[in-house]
Parts: sequence; C-alpha cells; structure tokens
Amino acid sequence: MPSYQFTLDGQPQAVEADADMPLLYALRGELALKGPKFGCGLAQCGACTVILNGTAIRSCILPISAVAGTNLRTLDGLPTEAGPHPVQAAFIAEEAAQCGYCTNGWMMTLVAGLERDPNVSDQEIRNMLTGLKCRCGSHMAILRAARRAADAMAQDATVQDQVVQFDPQTDAVDLDVDTDREAQA
Amino acid sequence: MNSPFNKIKSSRRNLLKGSASLVFALGSGGLSILTIEQSIAQTLAEAPRAIGPENLDTWLSFDSAGRVTTYFGKMDMGQGVDTVIAQIVAEELDINVSRVSVVMGDTHRTPDQGGASGSSACRQGAIPLRNAAAEARRVLVTRAADVLGVPVEQCQVEDGTVSVSGAKDRSITYMDLIADGFDTDLDWNGNYGNSLNVSGQATPKTVDQYQVVGTGVARKDIPGKILATTEFCHHVSLPGMLHGRCIRPPVANAVPVSVDENSINPWPDARVIREGDFIAVVADTEWHAIKASQALKVNWSDTTPPFPTQEELFDYLRNAPAASDSATGGFRGTPYETAPALAAISAAAQQIEAEYEVPFQSHARMAPSMGLADVRENQALIYSDTQKSHNSRNGLAKLLGMAPEQVRVIWKPGPGSYGRSDADEAAFEAALLSKITKRPVRVQWMRQEGHAWDPKAPACVIQCKAGLDSANNIAGWYFKTRGFSGWDVYFNANDPQDTLVGQLTGYAKGDRHNFGVPGESYRFTDSVAFWETVPTLLDRASPLRTSHMRAPQEPQLHFAHESFIDEVATASGLDPIELRLSHLQDEREIAVLEAVARLSNWDSRPSPASRSEGRGEGNILRGRGVSMATSFGGFVATVCEVEVDTSTGRIWPRRFYVAHDCGLILNPRSLRTTIEGNIVQGTSRTLCEEVNFDESMVTSEDWLSYPILDVMEAPESIEIDMINRPDLPPGGAGEPSLVSVPGAIANAVFEATGVRIRRLPLTPERVKAALG
Repeated sequence: MPSYQFTLDGQPQAVEADADMPLLYALRGELALKGPKFGCGLAQCGACTVILNGTAIRSCILPISAVAGTNLRTLDGLPTEAGPHPVQAAFIAEEAAQCGYCTNGWMMTLVAGLERDPNVSDQEIRNMLTGLKCRCGSHMAILRAARRAADAMAQDATVQDQVVQFDPQTDAVDLDVDTDREAQA
Repeated sequence: MNSPFNKIKSSRRNLLKGSASLVFALGSGGLSILTIEQSIAQTLAEAPRAIGPENLDTWLSFDSAGRVTTYFGKMDMGQGVDTVIAQIVAEELDINVSRVSVVMGDTHRTPDQGGASGSSACRQGAIPLRNAAAEARRVLVTRAADVLGVPVEQCQVEDGTVSVSGAKDRSITYMDLIADGFDTDLDWNGNYGNSLNVSGQATPKTVDQYQVVGTGVARKDIPGKILATTEFCHHVSLPGMLHGRCIRPPVANAVPVSVDENSINPWPDARVIREGDFIAVVADTEWHAIKASQALKVNWSDTTPPFPTQEELFDYLRNAPAASDSATGGFRGTPYETAPALAAISAAAQQIEAEYEVPFQSHARMAPSMGLADVRENQALIYSDTQKSHNSRNGLAKLLGMAPEQVRVIWKPGPGSYGRSDADEAAFEAALLSKITKRPVRVQWMRQEGHAWDPKAPACVIQCKAGLDSANNIAGWYFKTRGFSGWDVYFNANDPQDTLVGQLTGYAKGDRHNFGVPGESYRFTDSVAFWETVPTLLDRASPLRTSHMRAPQEPQLHFAHESFIDEVATASGLDPIELRLSHLQDEREIAVLEAVARLSNWDSRPSPASRSEGRGEGNILRGRGVSMATSFGGFVATVCEVEVDTSTGRIWPRRFYVAHDCGLILNPRSLRTTIEGNIVQGTSRTLCEEVNFDESMVTSEDWLSYPILDVMEAPESIEIDMINRPDLPPGGAGEPSLVSVPGAIANAVFEATGVRIRRLPLTPERVKAALG
C-alpha cells in the first residue's frame, strides 16, 4: 500500500492506505483521533470536518491521496499549553452541545472562518454554518457560542482565564472552576 | 476502555472498595503486567459487582483520593442528566460535586433502572440514588461519631470530612471510614426498571436545605466533548477486531437467493457472512469492509411491492381494518364510548370537523447505528450506545443462546438517541457476526441504513369533531386517531424479535399496539378521545416499521388537538388562550398558559387578526400561535411568532416563548439548553421532516432526501420562563416542550395567513400550494 505524508496538528505524519480511502478513516482508525466523526460519509453533515491548509473540509469524502503534503488541523490538536482554542472555550462556556457528536463540525467550521475574519455579524455566522447538521437541536447555544468566540477573537482577548481543568483520562472536570466562570460571565 | 491502563485503574477501584468484585481483582494478581488479551478477558469476567438494589454498596463507592463513584442504571442522551445525578448525590453526602463521577448503563456495574426512558432520569431514576446517598451519609457519620467519641448530633460534614462541631481539628474523612464498604442493607421495593426504588433509615434533605441541587452546575460531559477527549462508543476498538457492514435489499422484503462471493475478491481480507436472510461483509480494515460490501453481488428475490404509494398513505390509514384500539391495546385498555359525543355534536347548533395528517418521520440520528461485540465461548462483551442496556443484554443473550449474566453490555455515549431508534440494531448484528467469526466485530451502519432502515415515528390520521351550541359553548368533542402502532418495534430490545437481524434469522416479529390520546386536563361536555391502530405494512424486517420517537406519538396528537382547539376558538370568535383557560382543570396547566401569555405580551382577541390590522408587509405575513403540552410530569405552554414568506412559502418561526413547569428545578442551566433543544427539534419535525417512500422502498436515505432544520431557519430567540416549584418533586423535561411546537407553529401560520394547513410537515411547497 502506498504511504502518504502530511502535517497533522503540527507533527509530521505518514499513513499507509489505499489511495481512494477517505481521510476520515485514517484519522479515526490508525491515528485514533476523537474529534472528527463519521456521520454520513457523504459530506452532508460536517461531523468529520477538519481544516486543510486553512479551509474547513469534509474528511469523509476526501481521498487520503489528496492530502499528501498538506497541513491538517483537527479538533484534537486545537488546545495549546495556554488552554483551549477560543472557539472551544466559548462552546464550553455556553454548553453548546447536547450529545456532542456533531459538535466537531460546528467548531472546526468556526475555527477556520473566524481565524480568517472574526468581525462577523450574526447573519454572517449563520451563513458560515449553514449545511451543518445537529439532530439534538443545539443551534441556539451554538449560535451563542459562535458569537462569544467571534467577539473574543475580534478583541484578541486572551483566554487565559477560561482554562478548563480537565483530566484527559477520565474527562473529570473541576466543576467549581466552571461554575465560577459562569458566575463571572 | 481497551487499554490495559484503564483496566488497572478500574481494578484498583474494586480492590480499594473491598466489595464483591475484590475476588476478581485479586485473582488477576500482577495487574501491571496484564497483556491486552488478558485485560479483555478480565473485562469480560470482571464483576458482576454486587449490584443488588438492596445493597448500599451497589450505588456508591469511594476511592483513595476521596472521589465518589455512583452507579446509575440510566444514561444521558445529551441533556446532562449525569451532572444532575452527581449534584443530588453530592448534596446528600455533603461532598463537593466535583468529587462525584457517574457510571451509567453498564450491565455489570449498574442496577437495572430501565435506561433512558420517558424523561424519567430525574423524576424517577434519581430517587434511589438520592436515598442511597442520604443513607450513606448517615452510616458514615455514625461511624465517625464512634471514632471521634462524640454523639452523632455533634458531628458536621464538610466536603466529605466529618468533624466535631466547634473542634474542627477533631475530624476524619469519609475515605477513612469506608475501607470495608458500607455493608448496609436498603429497603428495595422489588421493582426493576423506571420504578425501582430503595430507601434507608436516613431522611433525605428537604428542598430548603439544598445548596447544590437547583444550581447551574456545569455539565460534566461538556469539556470532554469539546476538547475531543470523550470516548464515544464509536471510538472503542478491540484487538483483532473485524469491521462489519450489512447488506440490505434494494426492495423491502426481498430475500437473498444467491450471493456471488467472488465479487469481493479484490479485497482478500473481506468475506461474506450469511445467517438466514441476514448478509454482511466483514474485513480486517474498515475501508475494505465498505468497499467489499458495496461491490458484493447479491441476487434478491422478486417480491410484490409491500407498500402503498406515498400519496395513498393517509387513505390507507383511513380504510385499513383496525388491528387494535385504546380499549384493548396499550399498557392497559381504556374503555371508550363514541355515541354520546357524536350525538351531542350532531344535536348542536354548529358542527366543526377537521382531519389532520402526520407522515412517517425518521429518528435519523446524527450517526447511524454502531455496535461492537466480542463473543466468546461462555461470555460476551458488547459496547453499545443503546438507551436501555439491561434490556439489550437480555435480547442479546437470547440471540446468542446465553444466560443474561454471561452477557455484559457497556453503554458509551453516542449520537443522541430520542426513543427506539436504530441504536440497538448494530450491536445485535455485531454479536451474531462475532459469534460466527469468533473475532470481535464492529458494525457501523452507513448513512443510507440509518435513514431508510431505522424505525419510524408512526404516521397517522386524526379526525376531530366538535359541536357549538347557540351561545358558542362547546357541546360535544370527538378525537379519533388512526395510525400505525408505536409498539410495532417495542420500546426496548429485550427480545431479538424487535431487531432487523432477529427477524431475518427466524424470530417472528411481535404484534403489540399502542398510540395515545392527549393528556391535558381540558374538560369538554360529552367528550371522547380514542385511538385505533392499523396492521403493520410489512411484518418482517420492514424499513417502515414504527416505534417510539421523542415524546412517543405526542407531537402527532398535539399537532391535531391544539390546532383543532384553535379552529374551534376561531369558530366561536374567542381568543385561543381564553378558550383554553375556560376548559383547563389543572392548576399547573393554567399557570403555564397564563405565564406564556405574559411572557409573549399576548393581546387577547379572536384569531386570525384582520388583514387591515397590518399583520405584515410585502410578501411577509406575521402571526402568533399557542399550544399546550402536558407529559412525563412536565407542563408546557408555548407561543410561537412566525413569519411566512408568501412568495416562497418559507415559514420562519422567529420567536418562541415557553413557559415550562417540571416541578423542582434541579439545574436551571442544563434545563434551559434541554428546552431549547426540544423546541428546535420540534421545529424541525414541524417544518421539514417526512419520510419519502415508494411501493418498493423508503427513498429518504440521506440528509438531502430527509432534510432537518438548518441553522438558517433556526429561531432568532427562544425566551423561557422556567417556573420553579420547590414544593413539588422533579418532573420530566426531556420531551414535553417538543410536544408543544407543532401546534404553536401551525396556529401561528393560520393567524398569519388565514389558511389552515392540516398536514405535517409545513414545507414551503405545501404552504405555497395552500395559499393558492
């Protein structure tokens, strides 16, 4: 099987796979990422979204052979030592998920769009997100989170005060921290 | 779950807790050198931990770091019920809520509390946990008093540390008191499922003592989902695992005549598995399973098309013989008599009649069904995102020819499930494939299966009649539903007969019937409400089989009932809220209706307003509508303000106002997002959702052919009056507000346009056609 090399969340990566295998199966399978998810395999829902060379794309239909030499970013790779990405911080603050299965698509689409230009109106946020699916109906909280993220990024505000303490082994969260932040908000 | 590290952690917990599972933990000896294979074997054998409901250790355990694990026999579908459970346990224990973690839906670790069902997590499922936690505190404080040498009355608890009042340095932690477990019996009511309850000697706190319950504690599950650390069911993998894809016939009810196994030769790691009329392809890699399953050539039988055309559906429902009715079906038959109502209506001065039609709707989960099974000689381990793992365990055991105790089902989070969706199906298919291949098998449905082959919300026709006397008082009320059964697929997977793979391998489908009637307290003289179900269209592995879907049958019923009440209000020249208030009996229903009138600045007048009152400009017409919903212990009144674009037929439900009473509010923050989710999902079902089919097959098979609400159509605002009732126990919030949406939107569209549309969904095409 041929091998394809690309940059994944800042690290060089190589995957051996059939040329026509969609990128998603490498991300979910061999690379064991938890952000991009299988929802439709038809580029209709966005659950598989990743950012390729700065653009949000649907990894469920993009052949792995097409990503050779590209720069990929995933939800898994967004947090830095400084904390979650502003979009992630906003989604946590607004609790902008119900089941959380589709959330990757909404966040990655916003990351790509707001990093390009965070000065967006509410209608421009909707335009950016149209086509993404959320079966649980979290749209209102997602729109609030998008507004919060856009405002934070536009003001170039640091998100140091929104660092969430979490234990990646258990997902256990210090709820006091969250509650306090909510009180400040 | 499959890393040795996690297994070690889990065993350490058992070791420390010193419960019945100690034997298993000790038996595995040098845990740090476990191979992966050994650790899986241990997962299979681990437990059953003592999960008798009468044992306090069943419900709570402590670790050396002072963390509490509580074991909940239900699960969260994305509304944050596990956080509420943690709040309740923390409250009773007087321990910081951050120390509490919740294990959900693992058949070897949690008691059978009936799974996610009927918005019951808080109104029923939380009660035994509350009582157990209160009893745990009593036991621990009693022990502490003994150690500290003071009476119990002189002990106080702060974040899990018991100290002497006025002498804080004399203290001991819960951890130091629990080394050998609780060893304490509870009174158990003998029930399993939703009604399981236990109690101890302790009296739980009263509401006025609550410090954590009722506050907006952040959902425990959110950061993991946002930061991509949560392990969904879909992420679990087992060594040596095969990937399976199922093969569905192109025509419903067709069965395989022959299979050309050579057609998948290009993928040497793939092979065909056939059992009865069930066919699947398994392969070492997921991509090869997909490619091979798409390439596999199958000769299918010629079958007579089993379905009416979609255009004929509602006539079919009107004319088909009744299979059951509300006098004989459901949980218990409810006798009814139509004659008095019909006589009163025909004797009245004016008769009003209307029929409402609701098509099949699909659960259409965010991801289609997925399950992972490792079936061994005498035991099986299943990962599933089922709503009811204990029931699935029973059904899987039957399918595999095992005792239920030999099967462990571990629930992991999945794409939200709102009723009897396709969630269980892949787990049953994976179990069969694992049994045959003697390898772990992961089955992932494709999108087409999730839409076309999931159980559907039942289609129905609802006939309404009312009489008005000469003073415009209601004299006679008739409400009749004819629909497919909500139990065509039963509401749990206790038996393989309620799964596709079960029916394809020899289990005859069950024949159970239920629908429902509206549950509000309206009192009309000479009133009757009843239902009839019609036979299923196809009694084996049908893509149009029907089941519970969020607020089972109630969106359908309330679309009709709340629309018809408005039609009667219009005929009587009354304001729709005033008419409702004059017939409602229940104080809580009256209270939410009055609250939503205030919240929405409702001006009292008959509907629709006259055009001259300026209800819009250009192509845009505006209207408001109201609807009630009472179900699962929740009381809701909703007002929707819509804009209808007459040039496109597009309806935009711009603003919602919701008055919501679900008793004592446990967490206002997650309650708000839960209600918002209900409103948006209900809007989708009202405006967008209809399963398309022809005589051979369901033709809605993806998000293009089965659209749901897009963010462009999402409301501008949803204002919610969350009415807290500290004097009343918590009710359900997972469903009632959704039920209020179809009627509110339909009534608002009538108000805006003067045209009554009686068939869902209210698509632009249908609106344009109705406007003429």
